Amino acid sequence: MTGPVPILRLGDILLTGLLNDLDDKTALEFTGELVDRISAEGSRGVVIDISRLEIIDSFVARVLMELAGTGKLLGARMIVAGMRPAVAITLSELGLQLSGVETALNAERAMARLGWEQRPRRAEAHAAG
Amino acid sequence: MPQGETTTGAAPEERHAITDERDLLRSRHAVRAAAVAAGFDLVGQTKLVTAASELVRNAYIHGGGGVLRIVPLTGAGGRRGVRLVVSDHGPGIPDVDTALSDGYSTGAGLGHGLGGTRRLVDSFAIDTEPGRGTTIVVERWA
Repeated sequence: MTGPVPILRLGDILLTGLLNDLDDKTALEFTGELVDRISAEGSRGVVIDISRLEIIDSFVARVLMELAGTGKLLGARMIVAGMRPAVAITLSELGLQLSGVETALNAERAMARLGWEQRPRRAEAHAAG
Repeated sequence: MPQGETTTGAAPEERHAITDERDLLRSRHAVRAAAVAAGFDLVGQTKLVTAASELVRNAYIHGGGGVLRIVPLTGAGGRRGVRLVVSDHGPGIPDVDTALSDGYSTGAGLGHGLGGTRRLVDSFAIDTEPGRGTTIVVERWA
């Protein structure tokens, strides 16, 4: 099944990102596919990059909260990463703090929390030698 | 707010029908363009577009569709703003005070649609009656 939003697998982690101009139907299809993938692949962690989203309204916020909750029930650590500052300010004023959703400043930090450390090149060369 | 001196002739007003789901995206684009044209900063644009998204979705889901009007405003001292008028012919809202309080929802939202939306704009007015539909007018200044 190939949905409208690419979902990459990196070991036991899934990395995906929502595009701007997400319509309601696509958002719901995406959540269905992501939940299926978490379950089928036994993912330990999921990073959802939202840095492309120029707005998050109450519908998208609800989708993200439900998705995070469902993923957690399946045993995956769910991290929503990269919210734009203007979006964060607006969501907060709307009264939606995405309670219960783990967030990270960007996808890189989210991956690091899941154990994907980016090592300096020299250290890698040393380890290889 | 410079309500008394507000004029609406800065640019032509736009009308957008809200009849199918793609109109939600179209409305957002149109409101973003109007906010940029009025000189809104990024946070101001984001708040207005988010407010528009809430109101247009409400009209689509609860009101069975409707119309979005985007009216460019010019206030005292040349200050610019945008007025959004979202109207539907749906069942109306029986208890406006409750609908405006956080945590209330009858549909697919989180219950922050109206109470939260009001905080994103400088002025908010609602005209609704059971059986007659709902019109919501919001304004935000750059």
